[in-house]
Amino acid sequence: MKKTGSGSQTTQRSKRPRTTSPFDKIPRGHARLTPCEGDPVEITPAIVKQHGFTPQEYQNILRIMGRTPSYTELGIFSVMWSEHCSYKNSRPVLKLYPTKGKNVLQGPGENAGVMDIGEGRAICFKVESHNHPSAIEPYQGAATGVGGILRDVFTMGARPVACLDSLRFGKLSHNKVRHLFTGVVSGIAGYGNCIGVPTVGGEVQFDDCYKDNCLVNVMAVGFLKHEELALGRASGVGNRVIYIGSTTGRDGIHGATFASEELSSEAEERKSAVQVADPFMEKLLLEATLELIRGKHLIGIQDMGAAGLTCSTSEMAARGGVGIEVELDKVPQRETGMLPYEIMLSESQERMLLVAKRGHEPAVHKILKKWGLHSADIGFVTNDHLVRIRHHGNVVAEMPVGALADTKFPGYPTYHRPAKRPKYLDKVQTIPAKALKADIEQDAALLKLLASPNLCSKRYVWEQYDHMVRTNTVQLPGAGAAVLRIKHTKKAVAVSLDCNGRFVYLDPPSGGKIAVAEAARNVAVTGAKPLGMTNCLNFGNPMDPEIFWQFKSAVKGMAEACKTLGLPVTGGNVSFYNESPEGAVDPTPVVGVVGLLQDEKKLVTPWFKRAGDVVLVLGNTLAEMGGSSWLYELKGVKAGKPPVINLKREAALQTTLVQAADQQLMSSAQDCSEGGLGVALAEATFLAKTHGGNLMGAELNVTSKLTTTELLFSESQSRVIVSVNPKHLPVFKALCRKHGVPCHEVGRVGGSTLAVFQNGRPVLELPVGKLYAAWKGGLKHYVHG
Amino acid sequence: MKFGIVVFPGSNCDHDCYYAVKDVLQQPAEFIWHGESRPKSVDAYILPGGFSYGDYLRTGAVARFSPAMDAVRAHAAQGKPVIGICNGFQILLEAGLLPGAMLRNQNLHFICKYVNLRTDSLKTPFTQKITAGKVLRVPIAHGEGNYHCDAATLKRLQRENRIVFRYCTPGGQLTPEANPNGSVAGIAGICSERGNVLGMMPHPERAMEPCMGSVDGRELFSSLLSGALARRG
Repeated sequence: MKKTGSGSQTTQRSKRPRTTSPFDKIPRGHARLTPCEGDPVEITPAIVKQHGFTPQEYQNILRIMGRTPSYTELGIFSVMWSEHCSYKNSRPVLKLYPTKGKNVLQGPGENAGVMDIGEGRAICFKVESHNHPSAIEPYQGAATGVGGILRDVFTMGARPVACLDSLRFGKLSHNKVRHLFTGVVSGIAGYGNCIGVPTVGGEVQFDDCYKDNCLVNVMAVGFLKHEELALGRASGVGNRVIYIGSTTGRDGIHGATFASEELSSEAEERKSAVQVADPFMEKLLLEATLELIRGKHLIGIQDMGAAGLTCSTSEMAARGGVGIEVELDKVPQRETGMLPYEIMLSESQERMLLVAKRGHEPAVHKILKKWGLHSADIGFVTNDHLVRIRHHGNVVAEMPVGALADTKFPGYPTYHRPAKRPKYLDKVQTIPAKALKADIEQDAALLKLLASPNLCSKRYVWEQYDHMVRTNTVQLPGAGAAVLRIKHTKKAVAVSLDCNGRFVYLDPPSGGKIAVAEAARNVAVTGAKPLGMTNCLNFGNPMDPEIFWQFKSAVKGMAEACKTLGLPVTGGNVSFYNESPEGAVDPTPVVGVVGLLQDEKKLVTPWFKRAGDVVLVLGNTLAEMGGSSWLYELKGVKAGKPPVINLKREAALQTTLVQAADQQLMSSAQDCSEGGLGVALAEATFLAKTHGGNLMGAELNVTSKLTTTELLFSESQSRVIVSVNPKHLPVFKALCRKHGVPCHEVGRVGGSTLAVFQNGRPVLELPVGKLYAAWKGGLKHYVHG
Repeated sequence: MKFGIVVFPGSNCDHDCYYAVKDVLQQPAEFIWHGESRPKSVDAYILPGGFSYGDYLRTGAVARFSPAMDAVRAHAAQGKPVIGICNGFQILLEAGLLPGAMLRNQNLHFICKYVNLRTDSLKTPFTQKITAGKVLRVPIAHGEGNYHCDAATLKRLQRENRIVFRYCTPGGQLTPEANPNGSVAGIAGICSERGNVLGMMPHPERAMEPCMGSVDGRELFSSLLSGALARRG
């Protein structure tokens, strides 16, 4: 074991008189560091401010260090204490989430969450945002977003099997929005297709609140066996710390800090904070990493994403309760003359840090050599709870591990921000009477909705993604949740990534509940039992009490939904500061839900299949036009109170769906959400066409006291359209009764038109081919004019 | 019949090909690392899809120098079967085992979707069991699948009956709309003079099981297997 300087420090400190200040117990290293050539001579208040510290935060740094920090140390504090890494503003709120459950193998706090799916297998998943980089440099920003979330998954020992993206932009009529949109889609395609992980689903939405600050949230899913699980922790004093992957350059310096401020007109100048993607390098790193983990060569491994070497060293040491010493001269570098500050803060992509088992170092290097990748012993594990960074032999940074990565450490920032109910709510929750006027024919309204950018076919996007590679995709994109079979088992996993930002804007607590319920419902309609949840919370500046209220209330609603629906939260990402000079984006908590289908052959698809099947609407339709697509797309109005959701009813509905699928009672099940019953029915008639099947009409008669517009386009929650073979009808109805799920028999599948009658009166009649044509036109025409 | 699947750095359909022959068709299979130049005792080589060397210089341009390609060339020279799928096809072109070159798709986008294929040459070991006139439904997934060759080469390919697959409508018609990438003559796959080297952009290994939406890819492999059985018999 190598002796370190801190041993003597500990002895010295024990001689000092005891006080009660928690700062006194902090492990400390050298009392003075040799200044680096090229660093500012003095840490001035201007430099402190530039690094984004409040005066109090800087005082805490002085108390923690017991001396003035070096420039490198200041840089390290600034990234580790940024919102992106520390969650200092959001952590107290995130505590509301349930994180435990019998299937949870790994909850929040690691690189990604892991859930047991039986037979010794597990599923690993996480979602993360790359909003700001994508708003500045769409191709690279989105591509590195994919790369980052994939590393989070394979660093856990899981093989990535799918990506999903939740994308939000302004309206495509703006030139700049088209540039962002096409760039982001190409970036996701460029990275995902090359690395060979299928992009299987997600959502694309357009609203002017995202015009300058687009949202790019990427979710990755991986499969692993229990014994393959790897964690990001260091242990075993003297064990080698090894750097693998790409070289370190000057790109992405302060990316994490950049992500933690608002986009301004100067943001274009921050292009250097955006990294450059190399999916080929990551493909090699992926294979090498899995070979290392499956060969049992490692103690721990962590990807170098946000805050690069700084974050990986301090987090690995913190989780393992140890220290780490690193010599920067040994770090493979892309450029000469890089300062310690730059090496520590670089966010160059496709790099990993690992701690090898003693004696396995040669095996590690051999595997890396086989894949043609760099590997370098850059340091070792210590027992002094310090991150010590050497450069040319001199110590240039020496900081207590806990101060960087332990939320309970004295002086570590945690803020309980003030929250105030936003003034706009009272105004927007009332729908202007003029907007409610039903002056559009129902046929025309439905066709217009189906052709609108938010509801039309997104084939233009997902056809650019390889969504089939790895041959697991049993439900292709464009039909709600993505479904992936697990080879060598009967099982499949259903995944959905979803959010209705409009509902959250109009009523954050109830919008939060709906976001979780809808994502879980998308999974349940396939027959898969929702297992767990990950989330990406996209909000504005948390220093604004009204924004913080949105955040707090939405998470409260989401937490309540998770508890009622039995969905533990295994991790995720908070993205604040989604603002441009024109204001904040709509609060958009994107929810990713994974579910398990015990038998892949029992998968339920959303489209009508057999003439003569009975059509049923599960759940009740109420006069709930608030926040609806009908209002937004046809009247240009974003107003009203979103539908009321009863979470217990939602849970009963989802249980019913899962059981009915297991008993193979349903021919199809289609979630009813944006665009209401009208859009959901239309999709059920034509979605087969996108999966090699045929169009299939239906004739329905609904008994209802609502106005026809409400009947067709209200977005009441907890509703699903199912079709059932008449021979299964009694059993199916009994199942609904058992769970107390309202079940309305409305008609039959068949013919080539969608005909809807209300109380016997015809209210909608359209050839299915016409519905399909309106929807199929898709985004292409909005992009290319 | 033993299959050898060559793994280049950046191959990403290697596992899919392995699963298709080993698990679905129950045939022996092994991965062959690109750095191995020793000839392997395999009956057929598969060059899988993916982005070998990131396709950074030009698709397939670097992979053709891999040591394993020496064994592939020798295998092909003996008249034994070699299939290049997608990036594997691009590598075969770069290696000179098949004529022509690839351009970017006409719409400049990567395209992943099911297409329909007409089998124009039933005389190859890969197509001999395919029913004449049957349209195969198989996915494509590529950014550079726009096959191009000069007029003389095209004439020769046609004369020698070496155009194996062409993009068509579900009814088997060759139309511009049915051609997803702008390939000359709607070419989706071609073979060598002796017919034993096949290059194709569509992915038969993705259409092997009902849950994948099509089993038409099996027809190609069954043809190959029946040929092997016939020789053994």
